[in-house]
Order: sequence, then C-alpha cells, then structure tokens
Amino acid sequence: MGLTTAQKIFKTHAVDQPSDGISVIRLDRVFCHEITTPIAVNDLAARGMDKVFDPNRIKAVIDHVSPAKDGKTAEQGKTLRDWTRRHGIADFFDIGCNGVCHAIFPEKGFVRPGYTIIMGDSHTCTHGAFGAFAAGVGTTDLEVGILKGVCAFHEPKTMLVRLNGKLRNGVYPKDVILNVIKALTVNGATGQVIEFAGECAAAMSMEGRMTVCNMAVEAGATCGICYPDMTTVEYLWPFIKDEFSDKAAALAEYSKYLPDADAEYTKVIDFDVSTFEPVATIKYKPDQVVPVRELAGTRVDQVYIGSCTNGRIEDLRIAASIMKDKHIAPGIRAVVSPATADIFKKALDEGLLSIFMEAGCCVTNPTCGACLGMSNGILASGEVCASTTNRNFNGRMGKGGMIHLMSPATAAATAIAGHICNSEIFEG
Amino acid sequence: MKNFNGKVLFLDRSDINTDEIIPARYLNEATKAALKPFCLEDLNLAGFDPKKDVRGCSVIVTRDNFGCGSSREHAPWALECNGINLVIGVGFARIFRQNMYNCGMIAAELPAETVDRRFSEFAKLETTVTTDVDAGTFTFSSGDKTLTVPFKLEGFDLDLVKAGGWVEYASVKY
Repeated sequence: MGLTTAQKIFKTHAVDQPSDGISVIRLDRVFCHEITTPIAVNDLAARGMDKVFDPNRIKAVIDHVSPAKDGKTAEQGKTLRDWTRRHGIADFFDIGCNGVCHAIFPEKGFVRPGYTIIMGDSHTCTHGAFGAFAAGVGTTDLEVGILKGVCAFHEPKTMLVRLNGKLRNGVYPKDVILNVIKALTVNGATGQVIEFAGECAAAMSMEGRMTVCNMAVEAGATCGICYPDMTTVEYLWPFIKDEFSDKAAALAEYSKYLPDADAEYTKVIDFDVSTFEPVATIKYKPDQVVPVRELAGTRVDQVYIGSCTNGRIEDLRIAASIMKDKHIAPGIRAVVSPATADIFKKALDEGLLSIFMEAGCCVTNPTCGACLGMSNGILASGEVCASTTNRNFNGRMGKGGMIHLMSPATAAATAIAGHICNSEIFEG
Repeated sequence: MKNFNGKVLFLDRSDINTDEIIPARYLNEATKAALKPFCLEDLNLAGFDPKKDVRGCSVIVTRDNFGCGSSREHAPWALECNGINLVIGVGFARIFRQNMYNCGMIAAELPAETVDRRFSEFAKLETTVTTDVDAGTFTFSSGDKTLTVPFKLEGFDLDLVKAGGWVEYASVKY
C-alpha cells in the first residue's frame, strides 16, 4: 500500500516508536505564543531544564492579547520576551511587528512542504496548506518540543476530501470549509489528517488554502493538508530562491510529499463545490451550518473581520470591495483586525483601511483578541456577532454572547445591511 | 501515579468543548492552581451547577468527543486542580486526550452502550468509581449496587500514566 502525504512526512521524521501505532517524530518547527508557552518554559526552569533544542527552529510571537491589556497578560508577554532573549531565539515578533501566529509564520516563510510543526494552539493545522504536517498541541507537548525537538503522535490515518468543480461567484473558501464541516460533523475527522484535493483546492490561493486548513480542527482533524504545487512555490519563492535553480526544481523537490497513487485512505468524500452557497453557522457548534439566505434579516450587534481564519489581505480586499463608498448600518458596530503588521501596512497602502474607516468600522491592530473573547471586541451578554473567525462556542467571544461564523464577504455585507445578508446584493 | 478513584460527576452531553471546561478569559492566569474556581464555568447543562457540583468529585463520566476545540492544556489542569484525574467517555478530541495522558491523567474510552448503561444505572445516584490500572477495570458503586467494567489502558498511554507524564517520560528517553 502507498503512503499519504502525512505518512510520507512521518516516515522521514521518525525518531522512535514507543508502542504500536505511536510515532515520535523530529520537529522542523516549534511555534510559540504568549498564552500557552509561559507555563511550559516556567516549568522547564523549575525542573532545572531551562534549555531549547534549537533556537533557529523555534519561532515566537505575542499575538493573543496584543498589546497587553492588564498586569497578567503583560507578565505573559514578558515571560515569552525574556525567554526568547535568554535563548537567542532571533525570530521573535513583538508588538509593532507581530501578527496572529497562523498568519505571520507563513508570511515570514517559516513553513515548507514536508515540514513537521507543532504549536500550543489548535489552529496550527493551518500550516498544512503548504503540504506540511502541522498540529496543535497542549503545553506539555510544547514543553517537550522546546526541550527535545520531538513530539509523539498516533500514526496518521488520512481522509481524502475532494473538492471538485468551481466555486460560484460570491462563494469563498470559508464557505467551502463550513460546508465540509457540516458534512463531516465536529467529530467526523477526530484523530485523522484531512487531505484537501480536487480542482477547487488546486485553484485556491495560499490564503484560501490556509482558511480551509485552519478549520480542519473544527471537524476534529489533527491537520488539514493541501498538496504543494506551483501556487505554493510562487508564495514561498522569495524565501527559497537561493535553495533552488528555478521554480520547477523547487516543485520537483516538494512533489516528493504528494500521496502515492495507491495511498490508503480511511474515507474518500467527494464534494461538488459548484453546489455550495454562502453559509453561516447557527447555535454553538461549527457543524451547525445553514445557507445565509435562511438567516437573512437576523439582527446582529457586531461584525468582526479578522483572525487566523480570515484576517489576511485577500479577505480584507473582499470586505473592502463590498464596503467601498458605503456606511455600516445604524446601530451596528464593526471591528476589522488585519492579521499581521505587514497585512495592516498593505491594507493601508492599498487604501483598504480608509474604506473601512469611512464605512464606520473600528480598525484595530493585529491580535487574536476578540476571537476567543480576550480583548478588542468582546461581546456583552445577549449580543450577537457576525464573525469571520472559527469557533461559535457558547460564550467564546464573551460570556452570554453568540456568534455566527461566515465569510468576510458575508460579514461585510451584514455590516452594511445591519442584518445577516448575502453579499451578492453588494457585489458587482 | 495519580489518584483515579472517587465520586463521579456525570455530564450528559457530547461535544463538551474546552471553552466550556475553562473559558479563554482565564488563560491569562500564570499558575494551574488559579484555574480551580472556574472549572466548567461556561457549561450550560440542565441540572448542572459548576459552582456546587464540581466540588468533591474525582471522576467525570461523559459522552462523546469530550474536550473538542482549543488545544489549551488549561482544560485538564482545571480538572486536575479540582482533584479530577480521570474522565470516562465514548471518545475524546485528539489534543485533549493527549494532554490528559501527558499530565499522567486518564481519558478512558468505553463503548457507547457501556457508557449509556452507566448513565441510566448511576447518573441519578451518588456514585463512586474505583480504578484498577493494572487489571484494567473501573468499579462503579452506589450503596449496595456495584458493577465492574473492563477498560483498555496499554502501551504508550499506560507508560505516560506510570511515568507521571510526558515531560518525565521524554526527558529521560530522548
């Protein structure tokens, strides 16, 4: 039997097999942020093991609450900052040059096809968009990753999701992944890797693929993977141009990680994406998904555009194209949070931020902030938010608040209309 | 090894997520112990009061996909600092499950029918579970009523429980 992409990556990174079905793999990257890392590094220090396996393979960012909002978050930032200095971790992104981890690390060229990556953050599966194996882990796995550069996983079973056909106008990668999660359910891919294949995945930009892979964990998946292709190479080219004679050579190298023709999948699921329409979540689980038209007219208090799912430049361009020369509806508030400082700057240079501000949006600095109810746009009890984020759990953006997850286009249209609505009416 | 015996808290729902186990607003705490008062604070479940019902319990029995959502190890820690080191369910989210074993705690899977029967027999009673790690059994008791069910704890999971966690295991081995 042939191997899937994740199985090929595991084969080249295997260190140990502590028992049947368990692989300890060597890590190419350990990503860190200020929420889950401090307890890990403080614990290492308390155990007399304040060391790192390789400062060049560890990348760190302050993103969840940026800038610090209180004494406790200031301490978390300080712990991470001091630790990176102490160990010579050069790639540390402090406020001013930071961004949401799953947006900034790809942007800096830290992710490559075939890499193994862990981070103390469940949306680490985002980086599978590059054909890497990237998994969210807890603080203890992170701690051992920092110290030893290894992590244990069950050998990866893989599910193949084929996204066949072309998307209709007004339907975006966020709609694709919400439609897929609806079909799989929140427990449908638990313990498995999802490979996203098909014409639609191949046609997507890296930004779109990151949106899709980002939410693989909402179906329980360990990682979502897209196949490395020329789109991947083009995105990475500024970072890899000295490693390869030309782009074709890079593609040939990365193609090693494509699955074998006879790879073994637990399941193969085909979707005809041309039947997908804009969707949004209802209630409190990300698999509770309905067409936007069924929610038309639903009042919201806040619109939020940002996060590791949909705070990238393409997302902002789409939202701005809908908000251009319009104003958000009376009685509604809208928060736009570009995911990284570079995206913020680009949005500024392209005039997108002016469009948002003239529309009456609050443009904030890059941070995870409101997505998990930590800062920069928390809901009051009883409030409803139309959001481009990834989780609609009860109380996620603030105790007693509720969230409808949707694409940036639908969120922007909702801000203008004052109630949930399909973006088609505003799109050219 | 940690303690895996004691009073049971029954949580009768699937897909209980980590935000419900410990909301993100407490992720700015610098110690595990600080999480103690907030365990299961956002879990809305008929008849469940997080302020009263967590206290004194050592075991959770629940349904499927417990611990889905965030990777926060604060979820097992919030249980651990309340004396809960064992969760029994039909299945667990991957990261939560690994976090439990990485802390030397147990996330034990039982068949759906077995869990269902334990709910109908014991959920309304004051129930304790006694765990025999070596024999692989849970004994449910309430008054005169006693029932022993087998569970599988072996290989890497068992090694982590015996070592006390993944840091203890890996710092010696790798």
